[in-house]
Amino acid sequence: MSIEELLERYTRRDKLPHIWCPGCGNGIIMGAVIRALDQAGVDQKKTVIVSGIGCSSRAPGYMKFDTLHTTHGRALAYATGVKLARPELKVVVLTGDGDCAAIGGNHLIHAARRNIDLTVVVFNNDIYGMTGGQYSPLTPQGSYATTAPYGTVDRNFDLCELVKAAGGTYVARGTTYHTRMLIDLISAGLGHKGFSFIEVVSQCPMYYGRKNKLASAVAMLEWQKEHAVPVKAAAKLTPEQLKGKFVIGELHREEAPEYTEVYAEVVARARGEEK
Amino acid sequence: MANDRRAQLLSGNEACVRGALAAGVRFFAGYPITPSTEIAEGLAAALPKVGGTFIQMEDEIASMGAVIGASLAGVKAMTATSGPGFSLKQENIGFAAMAEVPCVIVDVQRYGPSTGLPTSPAQGDIMQARWGTHGDHPIIALMPASVRETFDLTVEAFNLAEELRTPVILLLDEIVGHMRERVELPPDESVHVVNRTKPVEDPETFQPYKPGPNLVPPMPAFGDGYHFHVTGLAHDESGFPTGRGQDADRLVRRLHAKIQNRKPPVARAEEWQLEDAEIVVVAAGSVARSARAAVREARVRGIKAGLLRPITAWPFPENEVREAARRAAAMIVPELNLGQIVREVERVSGGETKIVPLNRIDAELITPAEILERIQEVAAHVD
Repeated sequence: MSIEELLERYTRRDKLPHIWCPGCGNGIIMGAVIRALDQAGVDQKKTVIVSGIGCSSRAPGYMKFDTLHTTHGRALAYATGVKLARPELKVVVLTGDGDCAAIGGNHLIHAARRNIDLTVVVFNNDIYGMTGGQYSPLTPQGSYATTAPYGTVDRNFDLCELVKAAGGTYVARGTTYHTRMLIDLISAGLGHKGFSFIEVVSQCPMYYGRKNKLASAVAMLEWQKEHAVPVKAAAKLTPEQLKGKFVIGELHREEAPEYTEVYAEVVARARGEEK
Repeated sequence: MANDRRAQLLSGNEACVRGALAAGVRFFAGYPITPSTEIAEGLAAALPKVGGTFIQMEDEIASMGAVIGASLAGVKAMTATSGPGFSLKQENIGFAAMAEVPCVIVDVQRYGPSTGLPTSPAQGDIMQARWGTHGDHPIIALMPASVRETFDLTVEAFNLAEELRTPVILLLDEIVGHMRERVELPPDESVHVVNRTKPVEDPETFQPYKPGPNLVPPMPAFGDGYHFHVTGLAHDESGFPTGRGQDADRLVRRLHAKIQNRKPPVARAEEWQLEDAEIVVVAAGSVARSARAAVREARVRGIKAGLLRPITAWPFPENEVREAARRAAAMIVPELNLGQIVREVERVSGGETKIVPLNRIDAELITPAEILERIQEVAAHVD
């Protein structure tokens, strides 16, 4: 499908242009999500896009689906309600590093634990962009932010490890530089039955870049290119060699009972439809 | 478990479960908290039997979020909590008000502030029900005084939520929630049930927040093919965010007007022995039970007392209270708090009558004898 056809079919063109800053990675991620939805062949009428609060969470407003822009951090809780009420719907959650890992961290852990069939895409730009550049749980330790004028003290999360440990059954990491890989990772997540989680390393030149000597989007994308290690290559490297790098690709996949399917069995049991 | 005409012994919390089922609830998300937990337990057992869904979420906030999500997916949804959990739910209750998502929130009030006395009664959340979430939101809160009325008002809470696309709070207190009474519930088929109005427009031209004649926009469900947007940001009739103050003004005023203008009025109160009453007791929830006994005893003793019982805490039954204040020599307002309903009574009565508060916060209920004593004291001064 051409870009024109994709825009016509999947976006609310009257809502464009978007609000994001020049050089922001959010448009690349939204584009990848749209292409992945198309690639995975989801039913547009039966797909709900849910987001929280922040720059990333404005994306659903531009997308021609049923869309739900919730409260800060709570996208996964709302999405859980949507999915449980109508399990036949495909439910996609678009969230940011602050929204998902800080204020929404508890919901992330428990949604992963339940292995409920949601696909989560985290726009990780290492910063709170909407409020002007405060550090998040994913801001690399020692980075500068408006609330860390002397560098952050907090250690940063590895969200993919967290989700894997919590019980997520599809975990991947991509970047806004490796866009083809990103589309495939999201598409695979959409096709996975269970809790699928894709962290996207993105760039915020306006608030993260300017504070951290990465003054342009191009410089930040080049940083991604230089520091991302595909999962196969990473397997051959020692922890020492991987220091300062990050791994991209499909990091974890397993089959496990999905929550709404197990609950359907509960319904059958309660109604005496089983022996 | 069909309702039948046989008398049963039920607690208020159990009656709430039965009322929710009669109203057509199909989704419950909650978090354990005393003294409301029996409502979650009852629906955990009952919902799968009717093809509905129960989930115990990771916290109170998530429960409220899941309820809103389920309602947007087209099912009747509720949660139940108590004071501390009610506080945690407030932000998302505001979202439901702003985005016009029907849902029912039960708050079985317990003693506060903070963790307080978790198993003891109080009526300390009346103002939280009104003003707990930020901004100028409207709210509906119902206050039953008996087990049977808990059933009826649970049904009404769902009906109002669906009709007006708004969150509705069912404000029980620990006494009403836990006391057991003999009740006869109506058969399910005789219960009046309201369902939200669905749009008939073409999805291409559909404006999701364009109000109908009753100021309420018809509501599609996710998956119906309307591709609509829902946000807590101020939005125009298209449902998309607006930066314009006049759009926000129009929206928030309509949210109030749809409840204020509803016919018959949402606000209502029970009036008992009020025709010739010189001393009017204004009491709601469990306290109204003691107040009724006190009024009865006062009448026996020749004092012209009456009871005005707000059934809706919000909207407050202003007309009823104003009218009673005009005729009464004094109004006594007993409450299980340091004075919340009394502020409304004072505001509405506009100095027309003497207002006498009666407050108790020692975790015990207000007895008929205490109210009677206050009635007698006031009567002595009136005469």
